[in-house]
Amino acid sequence: MLTYLTAETLARMQFAFTISFHIIFPAFSIGLASYLAVLNGLWLKTEDRIYLTLFEYWKKIFAIAFAMGVVSGIVMSYQFGTNWSVFSDKAGPVIGPLLAYEVLSAFFLEAGFLGIMLFGRERVGNGLHMFATTMVAIGTLMSATWILSLNSWMQTPQGFSINELGQFVPEDWWAIVFNPSFPYRLVHMVIAAFLTVSFVVGGVAAWHLLKDNTNMTTRRMFSMALWMAAIVAPIQIFVGDAHGLNTLEYQPVKVMAMEGHYDSHPNGAPLILFGIPNAKEKRIDYAIQIPKLSSLILKHDLNAPLDGLDTIPDEDEPPVAIVFFSFRIMISIGFAMLGIGVWSLFARFKGRLYDAKWLHRAAIIMGPSGFVAVLAGWITTEVGRQPYTIYGLLRTSDSLSPIAAPAVAASFLAFIIVYFFVFGAGTFYILRMMGQTPDTPRLGLRDGPIRSAGITPLQQIKPAR
Amino acid sequence: MTFDLPTIWAAIIAFSVLTYVILDGFDLGVGILFPFAQSEQDRSTMMNTIAPVWDGNETWLVMGGGGLMAVFPLAYAVIMPALYMPITLMLLGLIFRGVAFEYRWRTVRWKGVWDVAFAAGSFIAAFCQGIALGALVQGIKIADRAYAGGWWDWLTAFSLLTGVAVVFGYALLGATWLIMKTEGGIQVQMRFFSWGLGAITLALIGLVSLITPFQNPAFFARWFAWPQMAFSITVPILVTYAAYRLFLGLNDHKDASPFLASLSIFVLCFIGIGISFYPNIVPPSLSIQDAAAPDKSLSFALYGTVVLVPMILAYTAYSYWVFRGKIDPDEGYH
Ligand code: HDD
Ligand code: HEM
Ligand code: HEM
Repeated sequence: MLTYLTAETLARMQFAFTISFHIIFPAFSIGLASYLAVLNGLWLKTEDRIYLTLFEYWKKIFAIAFAMGVVSGIVMSYQFGTNWSVFSDKAGPVIGPLLAYEVLSAFFLEAGFLGIMLFGRERVGNGLHMFATTMVAIGTLMSATWILSLNSWMQTPQGFSINELGQFVPEDWWAIVFNPSFPYRLVHMVIAAFLTVSFVVGGVAAWHLLKDNTNMTTRRMFSMALWMAAIVAPIQIFVGDAHGLNTLEYQPVKVMAMEGHYDSHPNGAPLILFGIPNAKEKRIDYAIQIPKLSSLILKHDLNAPLDGLDTIPDEDEPPVAIVFFSFRIMISIGFAMLGIGVWSLFARFKGRLYDAKWLHRAAIIMGPSGFVAVLAGWITTEVGRQPYTIYGLLRTSDSLSPIAAPAVAASFLAFIIVYFFVFGAGTFYILRMMGQTPDTPRLGLRDGPIRSAGITPLQQIKPAR
Repeated sequence: MTFDLPTIWAAIIAFSVLTYVILDGFDLGVGILFPFAQSEQDRSTMMNTIAPVWDGNETWLVMGGGGLMAVFPLAYAVIMPALYMPITLMLLGLIFRGVAFEYRWRTVRWKGVWDVAFAAGSFIAAFCQGIALGALVQGIKIADRAYAGGWWDWLTAFSLLTGVAVVFGYALLGATWLIMKTEGGIQVQMRFFSWGLGAITLALIGLVSLITPFQNPAFFARWFAWPQMAFSITVPILVTYAAYRLFLGLNDHKDASPFLASLSIFVLCFIGIGISFYPNIVPPSLSIQDAAAPDKSLSFALYGTVVLVPMILAYTAYSYWVFRGKIDPDEGYH
């Protein structure tokens, strides 16, 4: 059994593992940073203390999540070299500068202003503090922009030539940055981050509302979160559909795997709602399908022909089952989110938003759903791109470092142990803070200063002399 | 020496790595000294001196790694696999110490666990960085644009020596930083430590410098061939002067000068290493020119660097300024 664990398999597992952990934190902090900026802006504008209380509450949670995002991100930036050195050598001239821009325009910005946002209100005044908060939010969005441009270029590469050493040489930076799948992926991912946070906030609010639905702070939280969900969930479905059409144009094989189309359908392909991909027989077992609907969605024509995986050589196909299932998980969550949004609108217009116990229970269950959808979406995207790292041009098996399997295995094992231990503890602290209401004094046990690039509270630093 | 794009970029990368080494150097050093704190309150104070700045400091490491991939992809592609183990361990160390800044305040029962994580993580990260340096000085086997050695090649007596040297060097930076940022008991303790740390660090630097020229004939030529020698001899002379300022500052109970002197020692050593390496980026044979990305990559990245790095330096300086002055231990946490 151990013979299956080649250096390549291990490196892939390690990459998938570490990036899956990493993406959870940015998804949360991209959304939360913007939410914090909104809360602070509303507090300054309305002087309603509820906004300030909410700001302080989520700020502390943000700090922990952000620290976890930073340390897991540093691992990512070195992993390209340790495990994927051939890829780095060949693609470095294109993706390296994009990564460098991310560091210069996003990471430094976040690190530079986070401290002032967390503890500097008294020190620098409301105006500069609001500025710092906005900068942090912009930093997270810039970070997403560059890294998604990079990732999208790997999905839909253009604007380059290949030199005699086999390196990708940039020819047209505009074409590289604004590659065809980038706008869709960026919008879809940023909305995903907003949705993820709105469901986390909504879930936490619902948890407290079930115990005490008179608390004005948790009520405000719930209301804000569900407005967000109700408005953004339908947009996300719309954007996701557009993203899918873009993928059909540039990565048709991925869509075949997502749809589970092993066979070509010359006159109208069915939409397979559910089934179990059978890789050996190349068919979907127990398929529940609606005739011709897939052609309608993808081609806007009931009878449009759609090619299947039978037109693709086996060695160029992604693993169908993973893509097929993860895609369905994401879609189901998308529609479930829409459902909660609509439900909340009904409750709201009947004036029962804070009394609807079943809505609250559903919101609690849906609290972590954004993370699941984000992971499922990324797995669809990345596994669906296989067997390539740079779509159609560089195979994953040709990207690998010349490194012995035991080295990869040892580091992988170390990452698993450390990640579960460290990020498990962080998640526990976050959940414990979420378990307390926003008005709890000395939240998070000791109201010590927030440490992540955090700032030592005013009273702890004597003025210079 | 020509001023083409690869050379400019080599200078920028060297600048980023140096900035990282001196900035994260002192905050890793504080972590290394953490176990020697006399009390809970001292520990909190020590951590507070670096809490506002560590994240920004560490971002230079990302800049070094990301920048290297952008402009010298081949160097990145051979160094990382060659240093697979030390880099991985360093990353794990950085994870533990990075989260400790937050976690330590969120729990009573496990506070000690995160204190240990902070100290051990800092120590491991520093030690691995030193090992990486030593392994790089010794040279990396390259064949066909790829690392051609095994996954234990980095482990030699020399790389362990440089590992130890960096740990002591960072501890010296940390101790002198604390002299500057604290008063009372910690300051006295750190001043005492600095004497020993300074002496050991200098001894180790001397030892490493004596061995280095013999690692590779090219280094030897660089240091001891005549016209260069006039130039390379000034580095050790300046180190001696910096050492003198360090001990003078300690003796006269100066606040800032020991730290500045220690920083100078680091900068000078770094220049010394630069003399050995140039015009290679990865000894013994990969030159700056050979490792460089195509000009289109170098120029694109350069625009952003020229505009953004000064801005970054400006707001970094601003944040150090906001948190200037001594930490007051009496108004700690309740
Ligand atoms: C809260 C998260 C979330 C939700 C509710 C949805 N998605 Fe999504 N989806 C993502 C989060 C996400 C993601 C994690 O952000 C991905 C991974 C890569 C990307 O850009 O977005 C993604 C990728 C992704 C892709 C892959 C494109 C490619 O790889 O080329 C498609 C086709 C869709 N989505 C379509 C949808 C549809 C039709 C949805 C509606 C039901 C939907 N997504 C809901
Ligand atoms: C922008 C960022 C990203 C880049 C540059 C990137 C790059 C890569 C590379 C080089 C591989 C090939 C190695 C391999 O096959 O394992 C890969 C695979 C993979 N990535 Fe990403 N990735 C990014 C984001 C993500 C995210 C956010 C996820 C989220 C969960 C993810 C999940 C995966 C998975 C699961 C694989 C393994 C696929 C397989 O082995 O079949 N990636 N990615
Ligand atoms: C392989 C790909 C990736 C690499 C190499 C990478 C690298 C990093 C690094 C080094 C950091 C720490 C920055 C600091 O020191 O402050 C970081 C944080 C961050 N990353 Fe990634 N990242 C990757 C994928 C992604 C993806 C796919 C996204 C989002 C779409 C993302 C968004 C962010 C954000 C918003 C942060 C800020 C910290 C946080 O919010 O938790 N990254 N990343």
